[in-house]
Amino acid sequence: MTPEVLTLSNSPLLFTIAMLVKILVAFAVTMLIVAYATWCERKIIGGMQTRMGPTMTGPKGLLQPIADGLKLFFKEDIIPSEAYKTAFILAPMMILAPALISVAVIPFGNDITVTWDGVSYIVPLQITDLNIGILYILAMAGLGVYGIVLAGLASNSKYSLLGGIRSSAQMISYELAAGLSIIAVFMLSETLSMRGIVEAQQGALWGSISFLPNWYIFTQPLAFGLFVVGSMAEVNRTPFDLPEAETELVSGFCTEYSSMKYALFFMAEYANMITVSAIGATLFLGGWGGPFLGWMNFLIKVFAFMFFFIWIRATFPRLRYDQLMALGWKVMLPLALANIVVTGVAVLLWQ
Amino acid sequence: MGILLFYLTAFVAVIAAFFVTKCRNPVNSALCLVTNFLCLAVLYVMLEAPFMAAIQIMVYAGAIMVLIIFVIMLLNLGTSVKGNYVHGLAGGGVLAVLMLFLTNRFVANGQATGTGGEITSEVIKSVGHTELIGRAMFTDFLLPFEIASILLLVAIIGAVVLSKRKI
Repeated sequence: MTPEVLTLSNSPLLFTIAMLVKILVAFAVTMLIVAYATWCERKIIGGMQTRMGPTMTGPKGLLQPIADGLKLFFKEDIIPSEAYKTAFILAPMMILAPALISVAVIPFGNDITVTWDGVSYIVPLQITDLNIGILYILAMAGLGVYGIVLAGLASNSKYSLLGGIRSSAQMISYELAAGLSIIAVFMLSETLSMRGIVEAQQGALWGSISFLPNWYIFTQPLAFGLFVVGSMAEVNRTPFDLPEAETELVSGFCTEYSSMKYALFFMAEYANMITVSAIGATLFLGGWGGPFLGWMNFLIKVFAFMFFFIWIRATFPRLRYDQLMALGWKVMLPLALANIVVTGVAVLLWQ
Repeated sequence: MGILLFYLTAFVAVIAAFFVTKCRNPVNSALCLVTNFLCLAVLYVMLEAPFMAAIQIMVYAGAIMVLIIFVIMLLNLGTSVKGNYVHGLAGGGVLAVLMLFLTNRFVANGQATGTGGEITSEVIKSVGHTELIGRAMFTDFLLPFEIASILLLVAIIGAVVLSKRKI
């Protein structure tokens, strides 16, 4: 008997259990990576700058993220008297939530078969497979802007306001370039579902070159570059960290924040980084395809992406604001549009 | 289950829409409008139009509302309105009751024909909502689509001309 795909209609109980387990695992793993990404970042940048990084808390400083979290949790939470209270409290949540719910459509492993009551079901390792997967992710990325903008506006301080204005301009312009670079990918895959895109990337490159996998990084190198740069700007990592620019804006939009709310901004930054890495791994690096178990391949690709982001942070200085805007609108946007046209012509000729 | 979700979403949407006009602080009004847009997106999903839902969030919540908040920020309109504006609320209330009455009359007098188009839930499930919209847009409605794009192009050029005095 061939196993059928598990849905709500053919086994409600098992479906609910599987769903809850998948959600819990995805959430727990994301939060764990968030915590230890800070430790890895400090160690890696320390190594690159011939420093030690955290060493005192626990063996090799491994307990540092937990200590940091506890410290921030027990600090006094100050809300400035001139701040707009509602927006001030909402802002950190509105930046973290979109980052976490984007994980819902990312496939993190190949299907597993579960036998229940003598019937085998296929359980896809993905929380849900929307047929508008990429659009959902782009929509959530669009909502992420609110957190920073509101934080800047609600703090009622000029540094925060400057940070907020910079970030909204930056995120809107780079979202465009990153979104347009993704269009070239789904012109090739002919589907918007993340699962479909991963399946389209299995097998040998263009069906003929057997030693390379059919990943879109080889077919769409320009789109990959644009996506990486654009997403780096979207998650406000160095060299695009103008919204928080410590040296000129006293950390910009989060100047007035303290305690757990301040910690939420940093959790959001790392959660965004994980989400973007996972999207990049799914769209361009073949998702869970590779030599090991599905989820292992996926995690390796995500970690490679994150290492790249950290490496960039240790290497490049911050851009000036006008350079940033010029790069976004005069270089990346035309390149992304040209890439779409070339891909369209190539797809037409190929058929 | 579905009808419960509908009532919940609709309730939140109506409350949010009410507070868009009621809030004294423009920032809070803008946030309520975002909530309203998100509720509309949920309603689109329930109508089996996921593409519309995604576009609703991307365009309205993700771009247009961010621009509105941007304007609030730049013009420093963040201060609350202090004065009373009972006359506005009263006028709005009268208009709302009138509209409710009219809608009720139309619903009571109208007759559902019970005929559906060729796009049913099964077609959407098998072909996909995005594909259906794309096909309709680039075959049957190509001319309106092109006219809309020319309009947008004119708007872009106009914005550039207005904001840049010398090019």
